Amino acid sequence: MARVNGPLATVVIFAALALAAWCGITALLNRPPGRPHEAGAAVVELGLVALTALTVVEIIGGERPAEPAIFVGYLITTLALLPAGVIMARMEPTRWGSVILGGAALVLPVLILRLQQVYG
Amino acid sequence: MAEPAAHPDTAPGRATNAGPGRLLIGVYSLFAVAAGARATVQIATRFDDAPVAYTLSAVAAVIYLVAAVGLARGGAGGRRLAFTCCAVELAGVLAVGTASLIWPEAFPDATVWSLYGVGYGFVPLVLPVLGLLWLRRTAPPTPPTSA
Repeated sequence: MARVNGPLATVVIFAALALAAWCGITALLNRPPGRPHEAGAAVVELGLVALTALTVVEIIGGERPAEPAIFVGYLITTLALLPAGVIMARMEPTRWGSVILGGAALVLPVLILRLQQVYG
Repeated sequence: MAEPAAHPDTAPGRATNAGPGRLLIGVYSLFAVAAGARATVQIATRFDDAPVAYTLSAVAAVIYLVAAVGLARGGAGGRRLAFTCCAVELAGVLAVGTASLIWPEAFPDATVWSLYGVGYGFVPLVLPVLGLLWLRRTAPPTPPTSA
């Protein structure tokens, strides 16, 4: 079984969903995201980086994604999403900043599922 | 959704690039990347399979990008740009969505707008409507005189 389909991916998906829920509650409370939210995003991002590292090792070891170009494209988007979300959320220090970060965290599981499909 | 006076930037016409507007810009940017990357791969690897669908994906990507730029720039020009993009997008998603239902054989491969954007959680259908509502909400209070 490929690493992108492994338990770490599942952990990252649920961590992202938890972050999304947290940001959603923060937005409902009419607050901008703070340092703790950014730390949460960093934790999820670290999980993604670890997942990427495992996958790269696997590819060096000779495995190949079913659709390599699309896989790499999704991988770059996946890695860039939360940092972009944090940057945009900082530009918007209102409840909408929380919606932005929560939205990014909500899209992340979809991207990981797509990564898994494309890997084959 | 009642949030009057959440922003000090009211008259003349609120900024299109603050508050919910920034969220819209983010989603538009994300869709520009998604549709653009998809179109690039499809056109580069197998354009002849479904030229109409792949060209449409590329067109959609450009429209999403221009809409994001229009909202981000704001002002009369940016507002007009964003309005045009949202209108074209809404027409596009409705036309392509309907066409892909009636003539599925013309769309052998999916686009962002196929079946009203079902592959993207119908966000392509909702996004232009939200964009237009946002433009209306942030519009200057009175029709501007030609000055």
